[in-house]
Amino acid sequence: MRYNSSGYKSTPERWSLTLALRAIHIDALLLFGLLVLLGVGLMILFSAGDQNISLVIRQLIRVGAAFLVLIILANIHPDRMRDLAYWIYALGLLLLIAVLVVGDEGKGAQRWLNLGIVRFQPSELMKIAVPLLVAAYIAERPLPPSLFRIAVCLIMILIPSLLISKQPDLGTSLLIAISGLIVIFLSGVSRRFIVGIILTATSALPVLWYVMHDYQKQRVLTFLNPESDPLGAGYHIIQSKIAIGSGGLFGRGWLEGTQSNLAFLPERSTDFIFSVIGEEFGLFGVGMMLLLYLSIAGRGLYIAGQAQSSFARLLAGSISLTFLVGVIVNVGMVTGLLPVVGVPLPLVSYGGTSMVTLLASFGILMSIHTHRRMMES
Amino acid sequence: MSDRLTLKDHFRESRLVNDRLIFSAILAGILFAIILARLAILQVVDHEHFKTLSHNNRVGIEPLPPQRGLIYDRNGVVLAENIPTFSLELTPEKVDSLDETLTSLVKLFNLSSEEVAEITKKIRQQRGFRQVVIRKNLTEKEVALFSVNQHSLTGVDVVARLIRHYPHGALFAHTIGYVGRLNERDQKSVDGREYKGTLQIGKTGVEKEYEKLLHGQVGYRQVETNVQGRVVRELTREPSHSGQELYLHLDINLQRVASEVLADYNGAIVALEVKTGGILAMVSKPDFNPNSFVSGISSKEYDLLRDSVDRPLFDRSIRGHYPPASTLKPFIALAGLERGVTRSESKTFCPGWYKLPGHEHRYRCWKTHGHGIVGLKQSLAQSCDVYFYDLANSLGIDQMHGFLDIFGFGRRTGVDVPSESRGLSPSREWKREAKNQVWYPGETLISGIGQGFNQTTPVQLAQATAMLAMRGVYMKPRVVKASRNHNADELTLVPIETGESLPVVNKKHWESVIDSMVEVTKGPRGTARALGKKLPFDVAGKTGTAQVFGIKQNQKYDVEMLEKKLQDHALFIGFAPADNPEFVVVVVAENGGSGSKVAAPMARKMIEQYFGLVASAL
Repeated sequence: MRYNSSGYKSTPERWSLTLALRAIHIDALLLFGLLVLLGVGLMILFSAGDQNISLVIRQLIRVGAAFLVLIILANIHPDRMRDLAYWIYALGLLLLIAVLVVGDEGKGAQRWLNLGIVRFQPSELMKIAVPLLVAAYIAERPLPPSLFRIAVCLIMILIPSLLISKQPDLGTSLLIAISGLIVIFLSGVSRRFIVGIILTATSALPVLWYVMHDYQKQRVLTFLNPESDPLGAGYHIIQSKIAIGSGGLFGRGWLEGTQSNLAFLPERSTDFIFSVIGEEFGLFGVGMMLLLYLSIAGRGLYIAGQAQSSFARLLAGSISLTFLVGVIVNVGMVTGLLPVVGVPLPLVSYGGTSMVTLLASFGILMSIHTHRRMMES
Repeated sequence: MSDRLTLKDHFRESRLVNDRLIFSAILAGILFAIILARLAILQVVDHEHFKTLSHNNRVGIEPLPPQRGLIYDRNGVVLAENIPTFSLELTPEKVDSLDETLTSLVKLFNLSSEEVAEITKKIRQQRGFRQVVIRKNLTEKEVALFSVNQHSLTGVDVVARLIRHYPHGALFAHTIGYVGRLNERDQKSVDGREYKGTLQIGKTGVEKEYEKLLHGQVGYRQVETNVQGRVVRELTREPSHSGQELYLHLDINLQRVASEVLADYNGAIVALEVKTGGILAMVSKPDFNPNSFVSGISSKEYDLLRDSVDRPLFDRSIRGHYPPASTLKPFIALAGLERGVTRSESKTFCPGWYKLPGHEHRYRCWKTHGHGIVGLKQSLAQSCDVYFYDLANSLGIDQMHGFLDIFGFGRRTGVDVPSESRGLSPSREWKREAKNQVWYPGETLISGIGQGFNQTTPVQLAQATAMLAMRGVYMKPRVVKASRNHNADELTLVPIETGESLPVVNKKHWESVIDSMVEVTKGPRGTARALGKKLPFDVAGKTGTAQVFGIKQNQKYDVEMLEKKLQDHALFIGFAPADNPEFVVVVVAENGGSGSKVAAPMARKMIEQYFGLVASAL
């Protein structure tokens, strides 16, 4: 291999790799960011999961499978996706209803559909289906959309959100609603309208409180005052704050976190994995993590800005921003800024379906970016 | 045209969406900044606080209880030791199937259904990693039985612990006492820090009195625990220090003889080393097995001991109240001589009774037909009551009480065994306070022969006898001779305590009383003449026969007619050799009937043992 004087690989070879990736519709920068994040994630999972290598391997297999999905989606033209949006959405709805009727129960919630080989969470499909459909529908006509179209979009968002919150899975339901709402917001609805929506939502809070499950209410109450129930519902937040706070500036070091390795921190390989990062790598480590997330989302937003149709622009924007919302909600949750709603840390938390969904959505981003018709060519 | 319109729209739309994208990106940036600020507060500003909390979460302090000091007799024979016991314990969280394990345990160890109920209750109450005791004090056979079946009993272990053991069982039950489970009341009386992890504490006897020395010093270790509280590793260790070893004055051989000679009599024997006040033997009967108390006595067994009419738990040697009866006479005689009320040569006529001037009531001598004309020597040797009625009458209660008080009658000796009783030496003040009555002259007479209100404990009699033997020098009776640090070579002697001695007016008075006591064991008519036979030295002694049951004026005392419980107590006090005393012995045999026939022979056996005289060679 040849290196130039500054130590970088010489330009022609770097570009050839980028071009090779481009040939299979993979965006090199996005791929690089994702690989770094996933690598760091696996490393942290090893520490958080009691240094159980088989856990890491299982996660690695999922990552592999998810990348397969990413590559497939990246090679489907955004226009095809737009054409299929209604069908995917309809399929998703059907599966959601099926889950409520015949789904497997896990941890007191009915989320899973057993497909023989794999257990599948239909709500995850909806994470893609909702923004896809809303973007496709809203981009059919010139932007900004009419009131009627907005109303239809809201219904499209509301139905799956309600079904998922019935499972009950507040976190996913919330993220799906947000991904749809982001599309509406990006489509240019007037600011007055947005204010109106926010006011309506606020006034609907008591109603929401009424329909919430007891454990969900408990979570909100605990969020407001975690010390009120230190051994029960508040335990998670207290232990999480201890883990993060004890990390200090540079953390205790990899595998040295006592909160996580001695099991004081609950759910440490899933929803609370960010606390492990905080404990073992300190403020420096979590800062780097946040920067990494911002970079990936930034690339996504850039792709949205460069997209050649309103549909692609809206969809790419929604995917990138929802990704960030996931990070904000999760970190807000483990630091005690937000109630514990059960949102995993994107691409790092242990778990199968969300990994596939996330990488699938990045596949869509890549598809949008790599299927542009080059003006100059 | 429509194409142009679309193009124009597309441009407008791009700008519209991109504006919103930029707005969203800025908003997301702000939210990330907020999160970063939050993280900075947690990790930098409040870092110390959370670091402490994290430390407290994981680091626990575990006590390392000290080993209790051993107790030896004067020959170095172990009287109290710590032995390993094995108990079968189950750790619920390690057990795969609780039901299956319990079923096989029931089969193997014949657990009763109550035991099983108790075990399951404990399992439910405790945290999963805490052991639940299935059976205590496993026999070797049971340990073997477990080992064979260990493979099918995951989560069940045999755990070894040190517990107190008294190898000689009941022999030292009262004096050494026993340890028992540290209960809440004990917790309040001790330094809680020192007793962390300690399960047992001295409850009675020397074990209680010397608890501070025997206990030792607790150690600690800092351990890292996980969320279940299970120890992951040890961080630091401050070892514990074993308690002090105690060496007693007690002689196991003498103690054995005392226990054997007392046999089935309820009562007590106390033997002292005159020169030091050391207690060589101290036996109270009936006794009990102190080992039963160590790991928690069953309530059934305890009720049996507590409710027995013979009161085996009661330490008669230091708490039993007995009328001293005639054993008080040497002291009264000495009082008479020293206070100048009588002289050694004075004689009294004993017709078998005594009357106070101006009163008709007859105070009877034990010998119905009287002793005739008797002096001090005969009166003591034959235990003539009339002589002492007369002497007591001359002394008066005030002088008598004052003299006996210095000998320790009516006062605790301060022996190093807890819960001693003070006995009773009556006086005018006492009667006024206790009974709100005046003192009657007749009561002086009765007191003069050690009956009436007089109550003494065996250890008190022994101490007074030793003071008589030492010609007025007081020594505090002591059980513990010395202590030693666990790994030290040298013994620390417990100092011999002397107290207020009796001012001797005339040494001859003492010798004349002691000569009279020798006459008791040597003289042809001495009440304990069998005792003094074929001994290489003289023994000074005095028998006593204490009335338990009052006899009316004209009744006769008929041994055959009386129930065992109503028969007289048999007493003996004595020391040897009379001219150079080394050894004091006091015998109290409840309902023994006669001091000379029952108590004196017991004392003889004790003397033989102490001086190494083999009975057959004599």
